Amino acid sequence: MNAFDMLLALALLLTAWRALAASDLFKGSVLFIVFGLLMAIAWARLTAPDIALAEAAIGAGLTGALLLDAVGHLRVGRRPRAQGSTEDGA
Amino acid sequence: MSRWLGVSVVLLCTLLALALVGAMLVLPDAPVRLPGEVAQRLGESGVDHAVTAVLLNFRGYDTLLEVAVLLLALLGMLAAGVAPLRPAPFAADPLLVALARTLAPLMVLVAGYLLWAGAFRPGGAFQAGAVLAAAGVLLRLAGFLPAWNAPALHLRVLLAAGFALFLLVAAAGLYFGAMLRYPQPGAGALILAIETGLTLSLGLILAGLFLAGPETPRARGGA
Repeated sequence: MNAFDMLLALALLLTAWRALAASDLFKGSVLFIVFGLLMAIAWARLTAPDIALAEAAIGAGLTGALLLDAVGHLRVGRRPRAQGSTEDGA
Repeated sequence: MSRWLGVSVVLLCTLLALALVGAMLVLPDAPVRLPGEVAQRLGESGVDHAVTAVLLNFRGYDTLLEVAVLLLALLGMLAAGVAPLRPAPFAADPLLVALARTLAPLMVLVAGYLLWAGAFRPGGAFQAGAVLAAAGVLLRLAGFLPAWNAPALHLRVLLAAGFALFLLVAAAGLYFGAMLRYPQPGAGALILAIETGLTLSLGLILAGLFLAGPETPRARGGA
């Protein structure tokens, strides 16, 4: 285990924590994508290129796109409702 | 009161974590050495890459069910109907349009390469399908592809084709001996055929998770 691996592990923990703790959903989604890409590098370092490929393509790429799309939906859906009722705690 | 609750939750979680770590440390050695077994029988699988051999041959049943789960997820989404919540009309960025024009054919090429490479090096149907799906998402964002309000017949057939082909081969194996046991000389060709079908279907299914939804009037504004 060299300095690069240590840095990678630290960056993984940091991005994971920031993605979970982010109050802004958009920021959290982008951090999740960053986490996925770092995770792909970690799998490649563990000599598991198959999982690295899948993680980069599905974990970071597609899931990230879906999350960002969901954030967009939430923003669009929340705006008109916020004027009528505030019961949903928005 | 709630503070004590929080403290006890943290305490219980710490205890659980410690117990899990302890259980991991005293784990007995595995009774079978799976990598060795796989390497020993790799020649019979029809492919030269251990991961593909495990996914499509030795543990083909898991992959079959995995594809079924993905297909079911998309079917559930389509059946439930997506909430008509995409009124924000977007005119795609000209830069994005140009990028999508350049990247989409390359992504299809990469998907084909990954599919072919799966037989002897890292790659395979899932990765190739994911790249295809990413190309679909990119084309959708650039405004080239319409959203799927209700997939037409040919699209639905293609969605299910990969799983159907896999199931057909598995069932044919049942007739000739055991489920998912490929005939020895043709195993490689059968695996490639299954993977080709899976790549197409998985690409469509994964892209469908993003594309399914009502068409917006100006979604194709950038094209």
